[in-house]
Amino acid sequence: MSVPSHFRFVSTDRRVREDRRFVAGKGRFVADVEVANTKHVALVTCPYAAARIRSIDKKAALAMPGVHYVLDGRELAEATNPLATGLDTPNVPRRPLAVDVARYSGEWVVAVVADTRALAEDAAEAVEIEYEPLPFVLDAEKALGKDAPLVHEAHGTNVLLDRTFTWGEVEKDFAESPRKLSLRVKWARSSTVPVETFGVLSSWDPWREILDVWASIQMPRYTEQIAGALKIPMSSVRLHHDVDVGGSYGIKRGIKHAVLTGYLTRRLGLPVRLIEDRLENMRGGDAHGPERLFDVEVAFDDNGVVRSMKMRALENVGAYAGRSPFQLGKPIGSIVGPYKIKSVQYRAMAVVTNKTTQEAVRGFGQGPTNLALERMMDEVANALHLDPLEVRRRNLIRHDEFPYRIPSGTEYDSGNYETVIAKVIAGGRYDELKQERDRLRREGMLAGIGIAACLEPSGGNATFEALINPKVTTSTFMDSCRINVDGSGAITATMHTTSSGQGHETLVATVIGEVLQIDPDTIRVTRPDSLASLPSGTPVGSRMAIMLGGAAFHAANKLKDKLIRIAAHDLGIPLERAVYEQGTVSDRDARAKRRTIKEIATIADRNYHRMPENMEPGLSVSHVMQVPTGGKLPTPDGRVQMYPCFSFEFHLLLLKIDPDLGVPEIVRYRLGHDCGTQINPKIVRGMTMGGVAHGIGAALYEEFAYNDDGQLIAQTFMDYVLPSSHEVPAVEIVDHETPSPHTVLGQKGSGESGYLGAPAAIANAVNDALRPLGISLNTLPLKASKLGDLIAAA
Amino acid sequence: MRTELTVNGATHVVEVEPRTTLLDCLRDNLRLTGAHAGCEHGVCGACTVLFDGVAVRSCLIFAVQADGVPITTIEGIAPGPGELSLIQDAFCETHGMQCGYCTPAMILTAHALLANNPSPTREEIVNAISGNICRCTGYAQIVEAIALAAERMRGANRPAEAT
Amino acid sequence: MKAAPFEYSRPANIDEACALLAADDGARVIAGGQTLVPMMAMRLARPSRLVDIGRIGALSYIRDDGDGIAIGATTRQQSVERSGLIAERLPLLAKMMPWIGHTATRARGTVGGSLANADPAAELELAAITLDATLTYRLAGKSVDTPASEFFLGAMTTALPAGACLAAVRFPAWPEHRIGTGFHEVSARRSDFAFASAAAQVAVDEDGTCRRIAVGVGAVTESPLRLLEVERQLTGTRLEDSKVRDVVRGALADIETMSDLHATADYRRRVAAKLAMRAILDAGAECKAKSHAH
Repeated sequence: MSVPSHFRFVSTDRRVREDRRFVAGKGRFVADVEVANTKHVALVTCPYAAARIRSIDKKAALAMPGVHYVLDGRELAEATNPLATGLDTPNVPRRPLAVDVARYSGEWVVAVVADTRALAEDAAEAVEIEYEPLPFVLDAEKALGKDAPLVHEAHGTNVLLDRTFTWGEVEKDFAESPRKLSLRVKWARSSTVPVETFGVLSSWDPWREILDVWASIQMPRYTEQIAGALKIPMSSVRLHHDVDVGGSYGIKRGIKHAVLTGYLTRRLGLPVRLIEDRLENMRGGDAHGPERLFDVEVAFDDNGVVRSMKMRALENVGAYAGRSPFQLGKPIGSIVGPYKIKSVQYRAMAVVTNKTTQEAVRGFGQGPTNLALERMMDEVANALHLDPLEVRRRNLIRHDEFPYRIPSGTEYDSGNYETVIAKVIAGGRYDELKQERDRLRREGMLAGIGIAACLEPSGGNATFEALINPKVTTSTFMDSCRINVDGSGAITATMHTTSSGQGHETLVATVIGEVLQIDPDTIRVTRPDSLASLPSGTPVGSRMAIMLGGAAFHAANKLKDKLIRIAAHDLGIPLERAVYEQGTVSDRDARAKRRTIKEIATIADRNYHRMPENMEPGLSVSHVMQVPTGGKLPTPDGRVQMYPCFSFEFHLLLLKIDPDLGVPEIVRYRLGHDCGTQINPKIVRGMTMGGVAHGIGAALYEEFAYNDDGQLIAQTFMDYVLPSSHEVPAVEIVDHETPSPHTVLGQKGSGESGYLGAPAAIANAVNDALRPLGISLNTLPLKASKLGDLIAAA
Repeated sequence: MRTELTVNGATHVVEVEPRTTLLDCLRDNLRLTGAHAGCEHGVCGACTVLFDGVAVRSCLIFAVQADGVPITTIEGIAPGPGELSLIQDAFCETHGMQCGYCTPAMILTAHALLANNPSPTREEIVNAISGNICRCTGYAQIVEAIALAAERMRGANRPAEAT
Repeated sequence: MKAAPFEYSRPANIDEACALLAADDGARVIAGGQTLVPMMAMRLARPSRLVDIGRIGALSYIRDDGDGIAIGATTRQQSVERSGLIAERLPLLAKMMPWIGHTATRARGTVGGSLANADPAAELELAAITLDATLTYRLAGKSVDTPASEFFLGAMTTALPAGACLAAVRFPAWPEHRIGTGFHEVSARRSDFAFASAAAQVAVDEDGTCRRIAVGVGAVTESPLRLLEVERQLTGTRLEDSKVRDVVRGALADIETMSDLHATADYRRRVAAKLAMRAILDAGAECKAKSHAH
């Protein structure tokens, strides 16, 4: 493998090829897919936080015009397997429709199929369900109590996961540290909330025995799970990857939607689609994200050097196990952040409650963990009356200490944290910011500086699954690329997953163009369906630049190698004299002797007699990529190499709060970002800015709030507040590139950047602003009314 | 109900229930799928179309109310097949999008803004798009796209001798 | 999220609209639809018939009648926002208009629609109450005038009788020369419904003494609140900061405020007072600035 020392196309300011279709309104989203005679699903959902389903009367609904079917949970459960959760909790089955007991308000109870969505909604209102409300529990700590109602009675407890990891000599380090403090931090239940809801269209062809699925999906092993639940071979599920996904950021795991529509299309012999409406999405789409309570104890010395940390993370997963419990596992791979903390105790607890089920959210639990870590660092500084930036500097892993192994077993690949920070504060900016803060304070404002130094583990492998559930033995998480050069010399590459805005077609073309030294715009990139695809772990875990980029790179190198071999043979020169340059192979010693890629393609496609002996005809190559540094299972004490690459971000912002109103406002925001080599800078910048905006939402506005009756009260876009252009300030991004030694171009991941540190930085700024009043607020979202009431009481 | 819709200069006669929104009618009856449903309650703006030249939410208008009103959708913006308008091109230049779901609405909103205000300030651009939620970009590259489009339009509209 | 079925009518004039409304208890007026349609989409509103008055040209106007401005019910909010006449004659209303929703909703939303809907946080309702507007509705072929103070009965409740259709609102224009206005609101996003809002208009004489003042707060009670006691106590003063603070704080100390997901009752009471002070002081400052300009 050769790493180019400079790039032709990589890291240059190039357009994103996907954009052309989107600006023309010609994206093809799942709701745009047209299959003749498609029927529409609407859902009847449970109005109680917990209820026994006494009876379901479908008669009136079935009699309504255009209605084809009314499906209840029992019928579906008899015909299908429960959804795979990955946990070893057989008494907590998860199914698309509630069976006998519904466990959260909004849970799907009955599905109605009709000619149009409006008719399906009309009929859904006519389904008569008799419920017996049951006791319920909403709060995670209460769910742990002895007398708490059991969400799943057969499970015997509300605890799904309770595992304590100890890495290093935690008790000794605590005993020897002169200083300790503890804090409690709460990440509120929020999520990624894409503007497109989840949707799926399923169509069963009984003559070919194929279930065609079009979905706005971002999920590994989707067809495997559909097939498993429907009890059909995986080779009977054909997922169409050429569906544009209208945003996901981790959440679009519509497995229950796919099993439901898959069952219905097989039952009815008609194509069936379920496009969630916003209420279905917010209440019962199982699209919530972490709601996590951290209790952190930290041991440190008089200089602010942190020696040890105990962290308990208590996750309120909602009624069923989606990806949520595993989101406690992934942060283990960077449990100490960018700091040299020698020993760590980490207790990961997941409890079920009567709230909506969670799926994966951008960062897979890393954002909340970073919030806890960075609030902790600020509190250490505060306890010692030291500057919070200085305290971080005293704890940071230095550039010359990489690769650096943290107590939980992961080795960080590379980093230059001190340089990124230096760039962000260059020109006296930190002092200026402090002066501006003090000026604002003199003017009567509350003002604070927020800092966060955070890691983005990237290149995702699935090792956290084995860490959380030792019965899981997965140690690979592949991605693949195939390149085909046709007889005319035109290049077509394939990728094998859907995308939700990450620009993967651009990524593949750019990397292949770089290796082959030809204009990426001439390379077509397509997405075969799942039955024609090579393995793909899908765009999760900030992994596609590393994994799909890596697969494309290796495939292109295989192609280049084959081009050279064919040309050398045809030119009658030894291999070592054949030089590849910009799509042409020539004789090093006689440059006029050359074969263009078009000529070589003709040979491979038509002239077998001119091919080297025993070489396969045609120019088709592929590469299936294993995760760099992956492939191992955890040790019994829970040490394992989690992700291969670690991007770094350093947030520095100034925030002011009008003390009379409590309204927080970001005044300045500067962000240092290092994700190694940037394959497409426009894409990296966009993702980072988007991540910051998403983080601003999580920090200040967004919460799936419930009332005491267990009703979700933030269920519309009026009440679940997504930041608009007014709420996102201008952000100066300062780039730095520390290449990863583990990747083909030095790239690291960037799909979660910004989001992983913004909430922590904002929470630190708010607390810095509140500090003169002697108060603190560690519960997100830090919204105006909460701040206003707190300030007024101070 | 029989309703006559004039969309992108062409007149269509459709038969719709009064409860059919303009958004659903455009998508389902006319197969113009560039307008997207995001919230269907008037907050996200993904369904924006130009209604008599003004950017509005098509999820908050019933198709029967649109009878006879000239409507422009994203499909009516490109000058020709494969050819981008200046604003569309500017969005590509700055990569003012990611997933593309809110993009047609953003572009139509930008059209409405620039038709009335050829030299918007950053604040005016931010204000104009504040009713269009984008979850991907954090808006920075969208604001830049609109500013770039405005600049290019001013250039394009300048008399030849002045350029 | 599709509306329940309904019938649709588009009457040619307001009396036809009234007749349609009178004939069907479940009928509702639609003009801009920016509030009603989301409610229908969620099936929280299920009219049996929509009576679309949006295209009745006679209901869309902004007219100066000498000592006031009359605005037709179906006048788009955006037209009011952009009107030079409103800017000149109703400066407080002009200041409030950009805070209603966002550009796209103001483009469709009508003045009458917002008033008839009577959301406690609606800027137009606050303006109508603060400025003593008169609302005119049509019922059985007759026009009926109702002062704003009697029109708004509570959250989403008005004095509009069954079968009536709101026709216009008339805001008196102040004849004084030295007029200043102030408006503030707090919401999650700028375009969201306010947690609290306050509007003030004052007129001062040559020596800066407040001769006339109107103050209202919105979003904190079931209907916006006109602060008559504050007006009484501040008239004749020079609107000194401390005076304004004491008077406003006293006036809002005991009111019952609403509470919801977004803001507590205490927050609303406290912030309404702060915003009212700021609005009054802004208005006073604006007068002074104008005096200097003259």
